[in-house]
Amino acid sequence: MQYLSPNTVEDAVQLLASRTGECRVLAGGTDLLVRLRSGMTEPDSVLDIKRIDELRRITREDGGWRIGAAVPGAEMSENADLVSDWPGVVEAVGLIGSTQIQGRATMAGNLCNASPAADSVPALVAADAVARVAGPDGVRDVAVFDVPDGPGKTSLGRDEFITSIFLPARPARSGDAYLRFIPRTEMDIAVVGCAVSLTLDAAGTCTAARVALGAVGPKVIAVKEAADILTGSIIDAATLDRVAQACSAAANPIDDKRGTADYRKHVAGVLARRATAIAKTRAGGAA
Amino acid sequence: MSKIHVTTTINGDPTEYLCEAEDTLLDVLRDRLGMTGSKEGCGTGDCGACSITVDGRLVCACLMLGAEAEGREIGTIEGMAKGDTLHPLQQKFIEHAALQCGICTPGILVAAKSLLERNPDPTEEEARYWLAGNLCRCTGYDKIIRAVLDAAQDMREAS
Repeated sequence: MQYLSPNTVEDAVQLLASRTGECRVLAGGTDLLVRLRSGMTEPDSVLDIKRIDELRRITREDGGWRIGAAVPGAEMSENADLVSDWPGVVEAVGLIGSTQIQGRATMAGNLCNASPAADSVPALVAADAVARVAGPDGVRDVAVFDVPDGPGKTSLGRDEFITSIFLPARPARSGDAYLRFIPRTEMDIAVVGCAVSLTLDAAGTCTAARVALGAVGPKVIAVKEAADILTGSIIDAATLDRVAQACSAAANPIDDKRGTADYRKHVAGVLARRATAIAKTRAGGAA
Repeated sequence: MSKIHVTTTINGDPTEYLCEAEDTLLDVLRDRLGMTGSKEGCGTGDCGACSITVDGRLVCACLMLGAEAEGREIGTIEGMAKGDTLHPLQQKFIEHAALQCGICTPGILVAAKSLLERNPDPTEEEARYWLAGNLCRCTGYDKIIRAVLDAAQDMREAS
């Protein structure tokens, strides 16, 4: 195996395009090194993107935030302004692994690992986040929702990699939240995850909403029915009931060791109700 | 395949080594540099026995390639005591009997030191969450947490 550590995106793209064998992109490495060690992947080379300065930065852009693909979760949690704009996204990232994992793991890596249970992905989909992808034909922007294709698979081309993820500007009176269910309090993989992002008007009516579920299908699920129920409502108890029903109905889980399908569908609704209430409170709505 | 030449700093000392691309930093520390304080428990980032700091940030040495250490500042358990003088955390671990078999201890000490550098006055809950990635199968954790909080208090009073 060869270790490559380019200093620019252009060099990285060129290296990826010129490789004949398998080349794996290394960001935080918290998934890739486990795969390397277990022999699940035996690439001819790994391409470390952490020497590319621009990928290590969190920057303001058009009122929103651009998070470099090599930024570890801990740096996101330490950025008070980012946390203030997107508390749900940062919480979702912060749930990935231990303190040690947070020192390395990246949001872009969590997305590209393409686990159906990835914690940051529902939050990013609810946030309407956009991934910037570099490749031989230049740079393209793609909705985060369109990056995972199924367990362990992404829509990225062989010579492409994500350089950053963009979180859009927050209108006034906006809030987001992510909740996951695990059988313990820390350090586990989601049985169900649910993210909600919404905006209220001055009277407390919801003007825009996005709802996403994780771990209840082969990839993240955007629950448009729940978003439509929220939009135009004052998010009262009856609305929360309908959001919960819509999310339970949209969930398409399997039975596995972490939970049965029926149970997961039920929990999807419970989490949707609670996450919506948190997002509403964060947006300044009455509890 | 030619080896990779890495120049880095470990516990303040400029250090050079040759490693293979596949070598984790933990492999390098233990097998090439003879620094066996960092332990390999799981090798998958779950147990924290290989906890070190890289540019001041707590990470698992098993989840990082040796080649990635180029130009970085690495901190390991070997840098914790100053000569024969134990770090207050080490002293408190002895006083509270916060270890039995000892495999998890270096990682927990490195992780606890990193906590107290950021938060000199953690609550018990904060300490437990910070150390959630350090598994101990002997003590049941209570003695570890007591030792960390006691050390924190002493360090605050001493500063």
